[in-house]
Amino acid sequence: MTVTENQAPAQPEVGRARRRKEDQRLITGRTRWTDNLQVPGMLHLAMVRSPFAHARITAIDVEAARKARNVVAVITGQDVKDEQGSLPNAWPITPEQVTPAHPPVAVDEVHFAGEIVAVVVARSAAEARDAAELVDVDYEELPAVLDLKEAAQDTVLAHPDLGTNKSALWVFDSKEAGTGGDVEDAIRQARDGGVLIEREFRQQRLIPAFMEPRSVLVDPTGEQITMWTATQIPHILRFLLAAVLGVPESKVRVIAPDVGGGFGGKLQTTPEEFIAMVLARRLGKPIKYTETRSESLLSAHHGRDQWQKLTLAATKDGTVTGFKVELLANLGAYVALVGGGVPVLGAFMFNAIYKFPAYHFACQTVLTNTTWTDAYRGAGRPEATFGIERMMDELAAELDMDPLEVREKNWIKHEEFPFTTVAGMEYDSGNYEAATARAKELFDYDALRREQAERRERQDPVQLGIGVSTFTEMCGLAPSRVLGSLDYGAGGWEHASVRMLPTGKVEVVTGTSPHGQGHETAWSQIVADRLGVPFEDVEVLHGDTAISHKGLDTYGSRSLVVGGEAVVRAADKVIEKAKPVAAHLLEASVDDLEFSAGRFGVKGTDKGLTIQEIALASFAAHNLPDGIEPGLDSDATFDPVNFSFPHGTHLCAMEVDTETGETRMRTYVCVDDVGVIVNPLIVEGQVHGGLVQGIAQALWEGATYDDQGTLVTGSFVDYTLPTAADTISFVTENTTSPATTNSLGTKGVGEAGTIASTPCVVNAIVDALRPLGIHDVEMPCTPERVWRAIQNASAGSVDETQRDTAPHFDPDQPNQDTPDPEGGAR
Amino acid sequence: MTRITVTVDGVEYSDDIEPRTLLVYYLRQNLGKTGTVVGCDTSNCGACTVHLDGRSVKSCNVLAVQADGHEVTTIEGLAADGQLHPMQQAFHESHALQCGYCTPGMIMQACDLLKDNPDPSEQEIREGLEGNLCRCTGYHNIVRAVQHAAAAMRQGTEAPADSAVPAAGPGAPEPATAGVGAAGPEMPPGEGAPVSAGSTGEGVTA
Repeated sequence: MTVTENQAPAQPEVGRARRRKEDQRLITGRTRWTDNLQVPGMLHLAMVRSPFAHARITAIDVEAARKARNVVAVITGQDVKDEQGSLPNAWPITPEQVTPAHPPVAVDEVHFAGEIVAVVVARSAAEARDAAELVDVDYEELPAVLDLKEAAQDTVLAHPDLGTNKSALWVFDSKEAGTGGDVEDAIRQARDGGVLIEREFRQQRLIPAFMEPRSVLVDPTGEQITMWTATQIPHILRFLLAAVLGVPESKVRVIAPDVGGGFGGKLQTTPEEFIAMVLARRLGKPIKYTETRSESLLSAHHGRDQWQKLTLAATKDGTVTGFKVELLANLGAYVALVGGGVPVLGAFMFNAIYKFPAYHFACQTVLTNTTWTDAYRGAGRPEATFGIERMMDELAAELDMDPLEVREKNWIKHEEFPFTTVAGMEYDSGNYEAATARAKELFDYDALRREQAERRERQDPVQLGIGVSTFTEMCGLAPSRVLGSLDYGAGGWEHASVRMLPTGKVEVVTGTSPHGQGHETAWSQIVADRLGVPFEDVEVLHGDTAISHKGLDTYGSRSLVVGGEAVVRAADKVIEKAKPVAAHLLEASVDDLEFSAGRFGVKGTDKGLTIQEIALASFAAHNLPDGIEPGLDSDATFDPVNFSFPHGTHLCAMEVDTETGETRMRTYVCVDDVGVIVNPLIVEGQVHGGLVQGIAQALWEGATYDDQGTLVTGSFVDYTLPTAADTISFVTENTTSPATTNSLGTKGVGEAGTIASTPCVVNAIVDALRPLGIHDVEMPCTPERVWRAIQNASAGSVDETQRDTAPHFDPDQPNQDTPDPEGGAR
Repeated sequence: MTRITVTVDGVEYSDDIEPRTLLVYYLRQNLGKTGTVVGCDTSNCGACTVHLDGRSVKSCNVLAVQADGHEVTTIEGLAADGQLHPMQQAFHESHALQCGYCTPGMIMQACDLLKDNPDPSEQEIREGLEGNLCRCTGYHNIVRAVQHAAAAMRQGTEAPADSAVPAAGPGAPEPATAGVGAAGPEMPPGEGAPVSAGSTGEGVTA
């Protein structure tokens, strides 16, 4: 019996800045993106897409395309209408939700520009694309509704047969729910001697813009139909392919190979996936489809797109007494997989880190003739954080208080955790004071405020603005019971298996499906610690439903918090299984064993066996206790009892040139509390990437349509992702209040940077311009918009070129009312 | 069809191709060099960047026939003799990639940048990479990686491996990936990294 030569390293793996296991193949080009894969006899698809936002299809002539070189088939919606099914919405937010059918190939009518009307199958992708040009479609153009506010008035209908554009109204009221008071009371009191802040904000439409265009390959030639696809959700997709198309689930295998980013954009079951499946089955041949970037921007789901009408009631000392949120949310042409659930996720976060006594949230989802919308990094929580953090700055300005002071007056103190919020969430842990104090220190807050005052004093054409954003988010989606109570179609648990191989190596199978997050590295660290085996000996398998047979995939900062906990529990079961075997082999009582650093030792002796030795003994099964099965492999499925609540304080300094409208980010500091950190390198990377996506919403990105409903931002020439030259280096740090609802104490970090940074940047720009009487600049805050805001403020007029935010409004006015052009300074 | 003869990653190939074939599709479909990827239709993203006679080009913007008689290096040909190129090593050490889709193009462009300017400032690096989009990293760690690679390459890649300090300075963990031949590039502690206050943990180089 060996004793100690297999000891695990003394330094724990959790907390260590391990370089990623995933990198080797990615930095050398040995990758398995879906579009890299080839199957013998594979055919290729090209899509014919509608140029019109709303039209009736009157005829499709496919003859020329059919005769084109190496074309195998040309399919229209009519050809597949009985077998293609309707793309699913998994979250009808109300029982009455109006949900249009969503055929993967349009049959009679198209409802957004970019919708598929015909499909060409050919021997090469180039030939398919050439032939797609030959498909002749006759359309009868119908009136299109593109503007969200206009759509809510139901004058033009996106789907005339539905009779309305209003899909669902979802309401939460703290008085009704018993979680707080009546917000209307608070508003009345604020009108009478308090402070009432009324603002309307626009959350522009964004495009996730993952770098790998979507690609799908379906091979129907085996006993199982295998689909490789660039998705975040192989397990959910498998279930829905089976449920919608009527294929037995056991006959479908979905594989997410290397996936090049998602950000929510690949949290979808797409028309292209369903069409590839239908045509591969019909033709009995492997079929691949890879979108162009333009197709991706045009037809892959978009994100955000809300009008937010917000009313904040407070006392004159800055104590908030109530918050009322009325949202209009644009679904686009169809209710997507999560659909209206995205803005509803914000319902629990508009109250943020604060102790509001009364709260009302109402969200009206609306159909328009635009690209469908769904999750984009943060999904509901960035919108909520933007709304409240902009409002807290407005309150501070109104009362001439420091924005951090107003926040501190209202936030939950660290000794008040656990804290049940006015939205009914129980926040388990946090320390807003600590994160804020550290952020102020790193930022040198007081010095920058002094500089700001000096620049104002000397009327410097370049003004300095300081932006503040404190935030929390709900991560770790999600307790299945909560999802059930919200009418979501699935649970929120996660599954893992830990397999002890006879050679002592360990395979970890996870139901999460990483696409850049580094789970292979982080999960290895967790298991190495738990089992006391070397980090290098752990292999993490994922993203193939034949290997990882059970899982709910990766989104909503859930993977570590839920999936990581499943890994922990599976590993702990391995240890429990090994214990009686160890006791038997060591001729000791189970009670006399202790497991430490990968070794079962007999207390008070030097006798012991490593877990690898027991794995081999259990594999051989020559000498096991009676009634014990061979093997140590274990499974665990973890269903969280609560969400996790990361938080942070972000501070940003923006220089604004008041002569040109140009802005320049000078410093960005964030201190995030994401709970216990498994790998600081990965956490930091997630924060950096999140920050730039959030900053991009504030400054550069926006999907726009022309009056005909054509996406103007249909390529990377027009949809302006930030480059290295547009961005700066960031100062990022962490404070740690461990989560109490999982054994590692983790909270999730995937979305934090995106959620906090957008209001931080806009607050900074507005802060710079506030002496000019400006209290909002609509996103993205391009130099033109900033310049116009300045011009209009100095002219005392309202910008007629922008149909944007209402500065004030009367209570009970419907959200869709056109803002009064004479109302208030901007 | 047109006959072209191209040397790619040190191997000479001769093929009959359609004249309209873009270099990137020739590499991916004819040669199976799928390390080079396509990210857009408009030559904005740079994911397809390769070297043509030693200079970076976006291979979606070059016809394969234009490469006839020339030499192409892709991400798959960058490592020499089983040793990662210092730029590849620096991307790994600095966590300069997440999903990795932009990485081949980013690395090829970064190599070209250092060819012109072996000691670039942060701003010069940022401007030199302007034609390559990344959606995951926020560019922060990519800039660090190029700084570290530049330092390593200035000091000479022929330095014996055992003289190199661990990538993230004293006290940092060893390079994680088994089988990576080259030791980390030399990165004096704190060099070029005034950014993070560092409490995110040991070994974070940013």
